Amino acid sequence: MQQTGDTLSRGAKAPLFQEGVKPLLEMKRVTKRFGGIAALLDVDFSILAGEIHGLVGENGAGKSTLMKIIAGVHAGFEGEMLVSGAPVHFRSAGDALAAGIGMVHQELSVVPDLSVAENVFLGSQPLRMGGVVDWARMNRQAKAQIASLGLDIDPASRMGSLPVGLQQLVELSRVLFSGARIIILDEPTSALSPPEVERLFTVLRRLRGEGRSIIFISHFLDDVLEISDRVTVFRNGAKVITEATAGLTKDAVISHMIGRGSVDMHMGESAELSGDDSRKIVMEAQAVGDGHALRDVTLSLRQGEITGVYGFMGCGQIELSRALFGKVALKSGSLIMDGKRVRFHSTAQARAAGIAYVPESRRMMLFRTEPVYKNVSISILDRIGRLFLKPNAERSITEAHIKDLDIRPQKTDILLGNLSGGNQQKVALAKWLTHLPKVLILSEPTRGMDVGAKEDVIRILKSLRDRGVAVLVLSTEPETILTLADRVTVMKRGSVAREFTLGHIEKADLLAAA
Amino acid sequence: MTATDAPPAKGGLKRFLAEQMRNIAPVFTLIALVVFFSTQSPVFFSVANGLNILANASITGIIAVGLTFVILTAEIDLSVAAIANAIGITMAFFTAQPDYVNIATIPLPGFIAILLTIAAALGLGSITAFGVTRIGIPSFIMTLAMMQIANGVSALLVRGQIAYIFPEFITTLGAGTIYGLRWSIIVCVLFFIVAHLVLTYTRFGRYVYMVGGNREAAEYSGVNVRLIIASVMVISAVCSGVAGMLGVAYFGSAQQNGFDDFLLTAIAAVVVGGTSLFGGRGGIGNTIIGLLVLGVLNNGLDLINIDSFLKILIRGLILLIALVINVYAQKLKESSG
Repeated sequence: MQQTGDTLSRGAKAPLFQEGVKPLLEMKRVTKRFGGIAALLDVDFSILAGEIHGLVGENGAGKSTLMKIIAGVHAGFEGEMLVSGAPVHFRSAGDALAAGIGMVHQELSVVPDLSVAENVFLGSQPLRMGGVVDWARMNRQAKAQIASLGLDIDPASRMGSLPVGLQQLVELSRVLFSGARIIILDEPTSALSPPEVERLFTVLRRLRGEGRSIIFISHFLDDVLEISDRVTVFRNGAKVITEATAGLTKDAVISHMIGRGSVDMHMGESAELSGDDSRKIVMEAQAVGDGHALRDVTLSLRQGEITGVYGFMGCGQIELSRALFGKVALKSGSLIMDGKRVRFHSTAQARAAGIAYVPESRRMMLFRTEPVYKNVSISILDRIGRLFLKPNAERSITEAHIKDLDIRPQKTDILLGNLSGGNQQKVALAKWLTHLPKVLILSEPTRGMDVGAKEDVIRILKSLRDRGVAVLVLSTEPETILTLADRVTVMKRGSVAREFTLGHIEKADLLAAA
Repeated sequence: MTATDAPPAKGGLKRFLAEQMRNIAPVFTLIALVVFFSTQSPVFFSVANGLNILANASITGIIAVGLTFVILTAEIDLSVAAIANAIGITMAFFTAQPDYVNIATIPLPGFIAILLTIAAALGLGSITAFGVTRIGIPSFIMTLAMMQIANGVSALLVRGQIAYIFPEFITTLGAGTIYGLRWSIIVCVLFFIVAHLVLTYTRFGRYVYMVGGNREAAEYSGVNVRLIIASVMVISAVCSGVAGMLGVAYFGSAQQNGFDDFLLTAIAAVVVGGTSLFGGRGGIGNTIIGLLVLGVLNNGLDLINIDSFLKILIRGLILLIALVINVYAQKLKESSG
């Protein structure tokens, strides 16, 4: 791609981007194979001092693999890696950190029951003579450290009592404190509310001002385009482009990511709701509460409708989904199915009543070290045979799903762990599709998925709705809700804040209500 | 006879071996031990000694069958030996004893005595199951308590005495032979066969593996995890009970501390055989190999006339090696899967 005038003028303002400036980190012709399959092929990549570098691509495009190489998690690879011009070879994440490269993973590695200061100094507490922890010094230094990010947090407070966004910043400060010049952030905004995202961006800009470099991996293209100086797009294990952000639009990034014509940019920005109160209510929650995270939630799931529940992280939607599936006992309120009051003492009872559930994390519902067919059949074994297993029936059912949902590779006996994330998500759905459930509950059905797999899941859910299933989708992503839902309930601090049934609705309406 | 039936992946032989390590290592250990003891002792490699090894392993084997179910779900049962002893003693308690045995027995017809005794085993297992699945006590602690409770039952029933008489049917199964083959071996093999069929070909068996493989995923798939855990605890207690009934007949006596060695041996057999302590991997085939490894080891060490105090140490070392392999195999599995 040619540089546009815009990027040139930007380059003039920021001399960092001029030719001849030595990159802080450089990867040359890097290839990484897993069992003969190249996850990364011949990739050149570089990070300059004091830049925020956005990294985007569909799942399985190779961005995680590259980051794991940079962070020292994958030791063996072909090609060269240079830090400040000198070749390096990391054998562990410790080696990478010693060379000034730190990573904050999507799933936080904090200890919720320790104090903020203890988390900042995890594994390297300042000691007095005789090996006693110097609490005063630790708290003082932790406070200074956190304050340098522009935050005011009591270092003695319990980590778990902070909102997720602040916990993430504390973890970031831990990485910074260990001397990292290059910080890799993996999906840092996925669990954050808009104000928390703004606070994170303020911190990141401050770090950039100090000359540190940040690699920002995200599926949220708006976030990437807002914060990054340059953006690199990956597709199928290869780098597509690295360009200055100023020369890019969301549309352009998406078309680079998926390698085909632009998709509808406004998908999920607004929706026309079509809730119909005359449809039959299949399941109803009446003023349910679980004693802490849920209060007085009333919700009706109707046949042939997708009900969306939107809310920020921690608004109680996950607890609601668990309660409907019998995982969590209700302290108050009642559940009604087909007009009769029901009580679930186990998930098995909920399943028997015709409820299907796909939790937000694949690890929570799939068996990585078992073959695909056992993953699919686990929920329907009792329908295949009461006492004895019928592996051939399991395989043929699985084969049908694999064809229907376009799961790759098309093998029933391959271990699930060998499938890519999007395909695993399809398996998680497939296990409920052999016999149509009355109610299908999905928590974050498209989180962390690439565009193609997302479209597949959306198509599947809409076809299930059209076949009469009452679908409940719970998400912290407004786009997901707006793309899918026929009616929307917004939750806030454990209770229902607002309901939208009919008419035009904008993303802003959801954000405003939550 | 192993549950791992995945075909070798494209990664090649190395990866296949890594996955199969927990199944292969115990077999090689067994072969190495048999070869070693055959060269060291002239009487080791004979039919008579082979049957001797099997007979000695048969009682442990029945306990290990139940324990295999428990360990496959990533739980543990420390009460197996104590329950075996308590149940053996309970059976003696329901049988008339000679005058010189000073136990306040309640003599019943043999058939009823056996039924009542099995019911007692079911009862103890149900208490464990209730504690673990309903109250939520970790199985490690719950079965530790059950171990003490069962020992207490044993102590109260025999009060330091020794009982010698058991129902005839049980005496036959525990100590009798048919065509020179001990009945206890046949019973043990029947337990192996039934348990293997259950684990491999029934829905319940699949649930046992899946609950052990990923308990959370099993629950979110609508599997009644608590019911499965409760079932394996009861199965373990009943297997222990049967082993206890045959065991007292095998020893010829029921007394306090009659099964002291059996807890460690049974757990060792399951783990040495390669069933994963983290659940979800292994099976009856592994347990059989584990039993044979320990049986051959004990028998062979006796035959080559080694210091009997050193024997204990060697057993400990073998168990340690098996644990290392068990944990290492799990790590390989996780990194390759």
